Amino acid sequence: MVVMMDSGNRIAAKAAQMARPEVISAYPITPQTVIVEQIAKYVESGELDAKYIRVESEHSAMSACIGASATGVRTFTATSSQGLALMHEMLHWAALARLPVVMVNVNRTLAPGWSIFPDETDSLAQRDTGWIQLYCSSNQEIFDTIIQAFRLAETKEVQLPVMINYNGFILSHTFMPVEIPEQRDVDEFLPKFKPFWKMDTENPVTHGNTVSDEDYMEIRYDMHLAQQNAKRLIPEIAQEWKDKFGTYHGGLIEEYRCENAEFIIIAMGAIGAEAKVSVDNLRKEGHKVGLARIRVARPFPKEEIQRIGKDKTLIVVDRNISIGSGGWVVTETKSALYGHYDSQVYGFIAGLGGRDVTYQDLGDITKRVINKKAKETEWWDLKKVGAK
Amino acid sequence: MAIKNLPKEELLFRGTGACPGCMASLSTRIVLKALGKKTILVIPASCTASIEGFYPNTPYNIPVLTMAFEAAAAAASGVSAALERLGENDTNVVVWAGDGGTYDIGLQALSGAVERGTNFIYICYNNESYSNTGIQRSGATPYGAWTTTTWAGKTEQRKDVPAIMRAHDVAYLATASPSYAEDLFRKVRRAKSIKGSKYIEIHSPCSPAWRFPMDKTIEVGRLAVQTGAWALYEYENGKLTFSGRSKLILEREVEPEPIEDYLKVQGRFSHLFEPSRDEERLNEIKRRLEWDWDRFRKEVACEIG
Amino acid sequence: MRYETKTTISYPTIGPAGKTGTWRDFRPELDESKCSKCLLCWIVCPEGAIERKEDNSVLVDYEYCKGCGICANECPKSAITMEREV
Repeated sequence: MVVMMDSGNRIAAKAAQMARPEVISAYPITPQTVIVEQIAKYVESGELDAKYIRVESEHSAMSACIGASATGVRTFTATSSQGLALMHEMLHWAALARLPVVMVNVNRTLAPGWSIFPDETDSLAQRDTGWIQLYCSSNQEIFDTIIQAFRLAETKEVQLPVMINYNGFILSHTFMPVEIPEQRDVDEFLPKFKPFWKMDTENPVTHGNTVSDEDYMEIRYDMHLAQQNAKRLIPEIAQEWKDKFGTYHGGLIEEYRCENAEFIIIAMGAIGAEAKVSVDNLRKEGHKVGLARIRVARPFPKEEIQRIGKDKTLIVVDRNISIGSGGWVVTETKSALYGHYDSQVYGFIAGLGGRDVTYQDLGDITKRVINKKAKETEWWDLKKVGAK
Repeated sequence: MAIKNLPKEELLFRGTGACPGCMASLSTRIVLKALGKKTILVIPASCTASIEGFYPNTPYNIPVLTMAFEAAAAAASGVSAALERLGENDTNVVVWAGDGGTYDIGLQALSGAVERGTNFIYICYNNESYSNTGIQRSGATPYGAWTTTTWAGKTEQRKDVPAIMRAHDVAYLATASPSYAEDLFRKVRRAKSIKGSKYIEIHSPCSPAWRFPMDKTIEVGRLAVQTGAWALYEYENGKLTFSGRSKLILEREVEPEPIEDYLKVQGRFSHLFEPSRDEERLNEIKRRLEWDWDRFRKEVACEIG
Repeated sequence: MRYETKTTISYPTIGPAGKTGTWRDFRPELDESKCSKCLLCWIVCPEGAIERKEDNSVLVDYEYCKGCGICANECPKSAITMEREV
């Protein structure tokens, strides 16, 4: 085991290298570019024995991954923001085709205007595609989660593509120390890919021809069941990693100081990491606050939210917005609690377009709720207040 | 190769979803005889995606990856890369796309795949419209042709994607027609034997889209070549080579049949003749046809080779 | 070999669009006395519904022939005629 001190992107590239994908097909976009550059270096030096297809667009990147995965090899790609949006059609395709493609999405908001800064609206917009979505808050978590993602995707009970998200610049370009295991141990954890279906001249099949209304719904239902299986398997795989390698970041949700808490902050990504500092500070001041950091947004951890949220006041911080409705996490949190408990849920929209959300902001947000000053939904730190 | 000696095995089973008289269907039969069983087809949205029939059945006795409309060439890049990793060096990777998926929505992916030197054969079967969705115009629709989005006749000349492929200096390029089955077979065999990006465009007269009786389909394809409306040629290593009737037309050894003979048998050009002759548009068609052939002649004469 | 994954995987069959012979209005009738066994009809049938025998004689598979009439139009010996069926 070595300790690597590097940026989120280069750690992601290292994880991809150790996972031994055979075909990588990717297109550069800020702030993901360092990943594709690093992978190109690994391939040229021989450290990664793979074919690297330098495609001409993100749509083609996902299409090439689908082609390669359907032919029976492990595939990997990475993107952000506009690129992810461009791939949208093919994200649906990969999921309906039940191909275990693994992709890193470096969260960056959408244009116009050109903002290269992070929020989670880009991955929010893909939540219906059938992809499993994981969210990381540290570079160690990025490394661990990428390799676990391949394991998860390639499991018989899942067979769905997996997206690993982390905030652009805040994580992608921030250096942190990361424990890197030995390749042979990674190989033991993640054995060689065995495709469940493939293009094979010895066993010719056609994939994707016309399907009637008599057959389509069952295909969708099976995907739904697969994500239910993932709910069970993600924590199991994370535990297995912990037993083997020692690092651990939670199951579907990372709970931090939730025992005896009255108020629980619910957040994802970098805000989830910052919130730990806020929780410590608030606890010092005598407030009974905890953090439930959502690591898995698809499948949405409904049962965990019900368990954690019982009789508590929940403070959800969404670094995303579904215009016309609200924050993604708060909407799904409320939906999970409906009919179960009379929990109080407050939703804060914060940090869109990369606007900074510090542990102080999170402390202030929490105190607003504690002091009964907060409305049910608030937009945090808006410079001008327009139509409400 | 004589017809008797063409491989007997059918890799496209009968009873497909194709219209009666479909040239995409016929061309597939001939092309697969030339390629053999070790072939993977990538088929984007097109008539052929419907020819594939209903899940859970397919008429193809080789692997087929149906693909999103604009993504065939990119997916084929992935298939080709995977086969290389698996050491399957004698499996043909073939895109089978219509003119819609090639000239228009699929052009970017095709250009990208070819620029990367993807080892595959890209076959465009060109029925000069979006036939599968009901005969809307495409970038390959000829000037003056009726379609359901150009009711009075298309007002632009069509693109020349084979010329675009020559600008990419593909490893091999050919135009073909199922009306010349042995020529098509030979060209596919040639493409199969070369490594790199190969492009073949097959003229695909379409009875419902062009409006002629379905039993005349092969005849219409022949007329296209005899009048010069469709040219049969190959390109390799910077050299353009015409064959058969097209060669004779190029070198002015014979006069092409009058273009009006070709236009008159197709209902999609009937508005150029009824209720009265549209001399302006007919002259434009003739001017452009002569211009196209002069351009071929100049290209052949200037070859660096 | 059948795959278990629940996605649209289809297996090779004759007639995936059904018994397409029912699509016909006209049916090709072959006069064997005129047939020169050139096999043009065999190669030109878009459906592959004209079977080729060992001795290069041909036989129409009426279960799948769609009645397009190309074989009759192309036969150099006019050995095939299209007869109205419906």
